[in-house]
Amino acid sequence: MAEKACLVDVTKCIACRGCQIACKSWNQLPAEKTTFDGTYENPPDLSASTVTKIKFREVAEGGKVKWLFRKVQCFHCTDAGCVKACPVPGALTKLEDGTVYLDQNKCTGCKYCIMNCPFEIPRWDATKGKAFKCNFCYDRTSNGLPPACQKICVGGAIQYGDRDTLIAYAKTRPGFLYGEKELGGLHWMYLLPVDDPELYFLPKEPKLPKSLIVWKDILKPIGLILGGGSILAWLGYHFLLMPQKEKLTKEAEKHS
Amino acid sequence: MAGLGPSFGRGAMTNHWIDYRNADVILVLGSNTCENHPVSTTWIDEAMEKGGKLIVVDPRFTRTASKANIYAPLRPGTDIAFLGGLINYVLQNKLYHEEYLMNYSNVSFLVKPEYSFKDGIFSGYDKEKRKYDMATWGYQMSPPGPDGKTTPLQDKTLKDPNCVYQILKKHYARYTPDMVSKVCGMPKESFLEIAKVYATTGKPGKAGTVLYAMGITQHSNGSQNVRAISELQILLGNMGIAGGGVNAQRGEANVQGSTDYALLFHLVPGYMASPDKVLHPILSDYLTKETPKSGYWVNKPKFFVSLLKAWWGENATKENNFCYDYLPKKSANYSWIALFEAMYAGKIKGLSCWGENPAVSGPNSNLEVKALGNLDWLVVSDLFETETASFWKRPGVNPAEIKTEVFLLPACGSYEKEGSITNSGRWAQWRWKACPAVGESKSDLEMMNELFEEIRALYKKDAKAVFPEPIVKLNWDYGKGEPNQDKIVKEINGYTIADGKPVANFTKLADDGSTMCGNWIYSGIYPEDGKNLLKRRIREKEGIGLNSEWAFAWPVNRRIIYNRCSANPAGQPYNKDKWLVRWNDTEKKWETRDVPDFGWKDAKTGEMIPPEKSAANPYIMQPEGKARLFTPVGMADGPMAEHYEPYESPVKNLLSGTQNDPAVKIWAADLDKLAPVASPEYPIIATTYRVVEHYQTGTLTRNLPWLAELMPNLFVEMSVELAQAKGIKNGDKVKVVSIRGEVEAIACVTPRLKAYQLNGKTVEVVGLPWHWGWATAAPGDVTNKITPHIGDANTMIPEYKAFLVDIKKEVA
Amino acid sequence: MEFTRREFLKVSGATGLGIAFGRFLSPVKVYAQELRIKGAKETPTICPYCGGGCGILVHTVGDKIVYTEGDSNHPINVGRLCTKGACVYQIVDNDKRLTKVLYRAPGSTEWAEKDWNWALKEIAKRIKSTRDANFKATEDGVTVNRTEAIASLGGAALDNEEDYLLSKMSRALGIVYLEHQARI
Repeated sequence: MAEKACLVDVTKCIACRGCQIACKSWNQLPAEKTTFDGTYENPPDLSASTVTKIKFREVAEGGKVKWLFRKVQCFHCTDAGCVKACPVPGALTKLEDGTVYLDQNKCTGCKYCIMNCPFEIPRWDATKGKAFKCNFCYDRTSNGLPPACQKICVGGAIQYGDRDTLIAYAKTRPGFLYGEKELGGLHWMYLLPVDDPELYFLPKEPKLPKSLIVWKDILKPIGLILGGGSILAWLGYHFLLMPQKEKLTKEAEKHS
Repeated sequence: MAGLGPSFGRGAMTNHWIDYRNADVILVLGSNTCENHPVSTTWIDEAMEKGGKLIVVDPRFTRTASKANIYAPLRPGTDIAFLGGLINYVLQNKLYHEEYLMNYSNVSFLVKPEYSFKDGIFSGYDKEKRKYDMATWGYQMSPPGPDGKTTPLQDKTLKDPNCVYQILKKHYARYTPDMVSKVCGMPKESFLEIAKVYATTGKPGKAGTVLYAMGITQHSNGSQNVRAISELQILLGNMGIAGGGVNAQRGEANVQGSTDYALLFHLVPGYMASPDKVLHPILSDYLTKETPKSGYWVNKPKFFVSLLKAWWGENATKENNFCYDYLPKKSANYSWIALFEAMYAGKIKGLSCWGENPAVSGPNSNLEVKALGNLDWLVVSDLFETETASFWKRPGVNPAEIKTEVFLLPACGSYEKEGSITNSGRWAQWRWKACPAVGESKSDLEMMNELFEEIRALYKKDAKAVFPEPIVKLNWDYGKGEPNQDKIVKEINGYTIADGKPVANFTKLADDGSTMCGNWIYSGIYPEDGKNLLKRRIREKEGIGLNSEWAFAWPVNRRIIYNRCSANPAGQPYNKDKWLVRWNDTEKKWETRDVPDFGWKDAKTGEMIPPEKSAANPYIMQPEGKARLFTPVGMADGPMAEHYEPYESPVKNLLSGTQNDPAVKIWAADLDKLAPVASPEYPIIATTYRVVEHYQTGTLTRNLPWLAELMPNLFVEMSVELAQAKGIKNGDKVKVVSIRGEVEAIACVTPRLKAYQLNGKTVEVVGLPWHWGWATAAPGDVTNKITPHIGDANTMIPEYKAFLVDIKKEVA
Repeated sequence: MEFTRREFLKVSGATGLGIAFGRFLSPVKVYAQELRIKGAKETPTICPYCGGGCGILVHTVGDKIVYTEGDSNHPINVGRLCTKGACVYQIVDNDKRLTKVLYRAPGSTEWAEKDWNWALKEIAKRIKSTRDANFKATEDGVTVNRTEAIASLGGAALDNEEDYLLSKMSRALGIVYLEHQARI
């Protein structure tokens, strides 16, 4: 099966945020209580009830102003840190269409995925005690429908289709493609007007934590084959969470 | 819309949403289209994909501006200075579409020699009454011919100093690029860049469109803003073509329909004047004075008499002048501001609000909300509790002191009932009922039907009732409860009384009482019994986006009005790909993509009418058949657009010694305060607007949790420099204060707003949306507490877009 | 999507430990999940917000609304919607909606629930008494059939058929203070 992907032309996004609502509407996610704190951007961050959002940035230079918008959601990486980190079979799965599926029914709430995503995407669902993220509207795409956020976009900023076709198309356009090679290839890619991903809140060279390599290539397979949940938990604690202690503390504070 | 009618003949968006894709240059002025009409983005994007350019001119750098090829700031209330600059640029550099201008506009017409313009004042001004006598603005007319008809004199060489071309050129010669820059605060380079790009659309075959909205109309000279756009578009030959037009983007789902159906004091359905006591005491006065000698409106008596027949049915006879006496006659201006002034003065006792929330939407709302307390009774129909319904428990008042009775009727939502609405592009589309009404809510249609039946029963019962005839004899028989939709649609369409069969369209209406028609411009929606064209859903497979089999566009399903002008006088399209109508000279016939907006086929013989004939009067609604660069009648404040300062302004008018539009009405109640020019207490310009996440007064969006999440509170946008000067940080609570009141808002400090340099003076601008009130879970202040009760000279639309304030950090 | 642990291991470890080390991320086959709007009835409507006239489909199961989305067959918005259009679902699925007639007596501090029959009869009485007490049949010898004591606001949020009846009814009652959002 051909790999599927979305391509976002950031220059076409008007930040109406129809995509944020479309996501909530299809996935039946509740509204968050927010306040206006000096920016149009809201909710301030991803959460268990907001798995996609638009980030806003104002740039003033040389008397000219730019207002930049970038849609944030799971990138559905080929080299997916979350899948590598997850100790529970079937909780985080790389599907053959290239997307990464998080099954909350299987998730045990170990937070390894949260700690090991180079884009800080999965979030802690405190009410369920599980991780949560965008599943690429798997229930829609597996029935031949586009993701809800893609379908709604009035600016036509988001395209959905075969990943190869989108890459070929992107190369005919002016601008710079982000996501073709990053982490083995992303399934949400961005067409940027300038070769400066960080301007659009995109890390220049996203990398998986080194600890994750040891874990996924050696420790996790052994643990799985031995079938020992407690062994995995112990190993994971030492190899995944300890090196990321700072992040863990931050995350805990956020939900306290 | 008041500027469009006198310019072209009809007061509506000339093209439609999808047609934006056909434009070569899109000028967005006085509109934040991507935010407030987001679907426009789809079609603007398509135009840009094909190489089209997007120009955005706005006091603030908006989300629409973020997509523009060229963005330039413009001080609120200076649109005419900018547009006058463009007109001058086009005239000076001869970039106009000459053939179009000579044939389809009144450029060569001679104006009376008594016409003059001095220091901001046109001839005929009465200073005491603040009114113009338009007599001197008229055309020079030929002596009566053998048929007794007179026609306007013309000078095709355009050399006569009294011809429109020379008058126009002289008038706008003052609008130099330097002047534009000084008045508008727009950098001169930006202006010249825009002028250069936009003027390319004057080339035959090129299309430029102007998209506007309330940023143009909500000014004390808003109608003249529209006139200035119209003048520019006529000069460039951008009217009546695909991808062109003057596109008034409507802000509410059915504000086009509610205007078409005349929920306005000065009209009756179909853009006919409401009867006036002095002008039209009896029917023959109305018909004589309101029917011009030439142009399509010569048919007005057919439309008007058919309307009277629709309203009073068999009771309306030739002998009783079709019950003309039953129509109320006006003897004053009863528009919104006047209405609230009358209510404030205690003259209005009862008010009903149908999906309208004046406590939040009306200007100078401190006055308007206080006025509600003078009512004996108030009826509100809405989906949620509104600020208007709950005005008696607003912050700071004691309900016990408010004696108004309030009835709050639960209305059902748009897909809990069925009916049609008309979009900005004049497409009337059907909405089907998808689910049952929530709770005990009812459709407004059912409420009105039941209410009227109750009223009529009271009048029938009461022998002493005052003048009960218009009520008891009204043609109103829609069944019990939920009215029969088919019956209403058929009545609107019109039918022949003798056989009860629907008329095909308004050309079949008569002025002898043999037909009835509730709204002639919609005639054609129900051409046969059971055939409701509003329900059509056939999408265009190929073409230029007209979608002629989708729903129905008034008039007669025409998608782009004035379309004769898309072709040259010989009938050959200026743009061969995007043609609308074309004359096949070999077969001697018209080929049509759109419904022709001109005499193209003899109604009786079916014979084709050659193009030369229609080339003489392509603007069929105008008596002279032309688009008007100069309006001899129709505008209360001048035949051409002239810049005046907003009523509250930080600077003096640089273009003339006349500071404000000389024909605006000044109100004098104790709460009608206005800040003086260059007021030291209120040195900052404020402008108000909407955001994509909310709608109007917020009733239908603040109550939806997903939308409240995106835009939870009222905010005020200001420049970084202003914030620094006032010690305000992003996210601080601040107060915005005008001479009329103050509102609390959260500071949004942003480089998207910049101070304006106005002839050496630095002036800051702040902006506030107006979607909040006290009635919802996420409340916010009512922005309109600070806006003025001053209205446009023609329409009385309030000047929400430019007034003076100061801003203060709130001490916690 | 149901993956048992056994199935997952089949995929990732099928060819033995050695290969499993390198191929731990082998993708899993996609199976169609049941669409949550499967079998729902689709009713076309037009968005109630701006003047765009975008098409929306309302999905219902029985009387219950389950989803709303842009109408892909609609020529204006081709399935797309903005923020507000995306939200019309919450117009019906909303606990703040008015469900009963409410009445506030003069000077009262609260609403009282009423029934429709009472409300319409009472409003009709108010309209008649205000009209009759403030009616001008003639002025300066001209029949004017007018009351300046009653005003009506609204229409931009109504359907055309409603606007038409409101326009007709108001004129019959002699109302001249007849205005709406188009003016402001």
